[in-house]
Amino acid sequence: MPFLVLSGISKSFGAPDSRTEVLRDVCLTVEKGEFVAIVGYSGAGKTTLLNMISGLLRPDAGTVTLNDLEITGPGPDRGVVFQNYSLLPWLTVAENIALAVDQLFPNWSAAKRSQHVDHHIAMVNLSHARDRRPSELSGGMRQRVSVARALAMDPQILLLDEPLGALDALTRATLQDEISRICRESGKTVVLITNDPDEGIMMADRIVPLSAGPGATLGPSIAVDLARPRDRKALNHDPRFKEIRSRVVSWLLGEGGRPAVSVSRKLVLPDIEPEDLNIPRPLIGGRRLPRRRSEERRETVEIPS
Amino acid sequence: MSDHVEIANLSKVFPTPKGPLRVVKDFNLRIRRGEFVSLIGHSGCGKSTVLSILAGLSDATAGGIVLAGKELTGPGPDRGVVFQSPTLLPWMTAMENVMLGVDQVFYTASREERRQIAEYYLTVVGLADAMHKRPAELSQGMRQRVGIARAFALSPKMLLLDEPFGMLDSLTRFELQQVLLDLWNRNRLTALMVTHDVDEALFLSDRIVMMTNGPEAEVGEILEVPFARPRRRQELLESPEYYRLREQLIEFLNVRAYTLKGQTPGQGHGPGPTSHAPISPEAEPLKPGATAERTAMKAEPALKS
Repeated sequence: MPFLVLSGISKSFGAPDSRTEVLRDVCLTVEKGEFVAIVGYSGAGKTTLLNMISGLLRPDAGTVTLNDLEITGPGPDRGVVFQNYSLLPWLTVAENIALAVDQLFPNWSAAKRSQHVDHHIAMVNLSHARDRRPSELSGGMRQRVSVARALAMDPQILLLDEPLGALDALTRATLQDEISRICRESGKTVVLITNDPDEGIMMADRIVPLSAGPGATLGPSIAVDLARPRDRKALNHDPRFKEIRSRVVSWLLGEGGRPAVSVSRKLVLPDIEPEDLNIPRPLIGGRRLPRRRSEERRETVEIPS
Repeated sequence: MSDHVEIANLSKVFPTPKGPLRVVKDFNLRIRRGEFVSLIGHSGCGKSTVLSILAGLSDATAGGIVLAGKELTGPGPDRGVVFQSPTLLPWMTAMENVMLGVDQVFYTASREERRQIAEYYLTVVGLADAMHKRPAELSQGMRQRVGIARAFALSPKMLLLDEPFGMLDSLTRFELQQVLLDLWNRNRLTALMVTHDVDEALFLSDRIVMMTNGPEAEVGEILEVPFARPRRRQELLESPEYYRLREQLIEFLNVRAYTLKGQTPGQGHGPGPTSHAPISPEAEPLKPGATAERTAMKAEPALKS
């Protein structure tokens, strides 16, 4: 039985007389335990789509159901990791995570809650930074806190909204591996939003490309049937990796790309050469004419030696 | 035909509190007319330093550069530069930003002809409907299109690109690489691009110059890119040769960029998809051809002007 179902989702923004359709008829089913990556252009509506799963936005048409229950608002059964980390700056790592844990598990003893927090801090390898505030952490470390916080709520589904977009290439690669490992170990269902096809291939079980907006819609699913853990170096030699990569990129640049605006306009490119600005300009009145390529004459002169 | 650009024994020393730091040492490179060359290397290897000396924005400590038979002494409109951020004047429209340079180098032409030049290049980069917008109204990708149009509109003798797509997301980057390539195919300006994106270098260049790690960075190896032009990304992604060259570049960046300088690979920074993968025991040995080329380049006699 499908776990997360999006059926016929449409969403528009703007005043009634000038509405922009962002998403049109988006359908997606995700099985329990599956890791799905939605890859698309920036501005295509990826975050809008994710916000409708998290319940922060309601679709204009269509429904989102999780475990057969329609989603009507946000809730702790869906853990979200945002691109900008969204940590409370005056709380330490442990306190940020405890905020979520204390809310969700009020019946647990204080000792059990604190142990639960520590377990998740250790899971993202931040035990040494347990009592630091976000401003004392690097971007990659902050995003780990955010992942730990989302998982500590023990959600049914984890929603990752371009979690690594703000990080440098190396940290991104490390965190891609780490997040995939953690997600696999926890057996969670995950929906990842990204604009990087390679990130999708590294992390997900399945890639669903989202076409360029306006009126974006999902393309055909592409299964990423590569063994885990995925070794970047080995993947470079893997014919299956190349095939998947080529399919994702081709769809996004072709069918799912921005519609090629064919402008038929008469353009004139004057046939003139730039002037050498080191040669002093003639005084006003002594105006020169530009050099034209078509008027240039070339001659070959033979010089007897 | 003789070389269009000759970079001879270029060195750059920066004074630091700990004494002088030699960033680039004896950098030699010759570029043919109409050739597209990429400089690839880790951050801090001095590739941008080389480019800014070429642009005339920084002085060489030793060595010199000859462009089309003239030694370069400072910045000038004979070199069109595309920076990582588009550096447009915010109070001017896209058209006015392009016209700023066009008015200077085509001062002998009529106002109408100058306008036609700007309009032509802005249309070709896909801004037919946005040329009268200010930078604030344009997306990051569109601003960079203005930057590309501005550089080409000067009909420079050489095009310098300093990580032109580094700030864009991967899909927008693919689109703009195509825009750049289409425009470049029209007039084949001699171009030098600095990048650390392996795919970008392979897609655009005729030759890729790999730089060893800094300080004292040098030309490590040179890779000829054999793909016929005009190129289509789809065809490239399906070609086995493409992945072979890609591996060779990644291998260089991960291993030989360090070992050629007597460093241990894998320490510290380094972009690229395999940056922290373990070094495989079957790591390709240094190619005899590459070594020969390297020595040959060093043995090049000093330029006589």
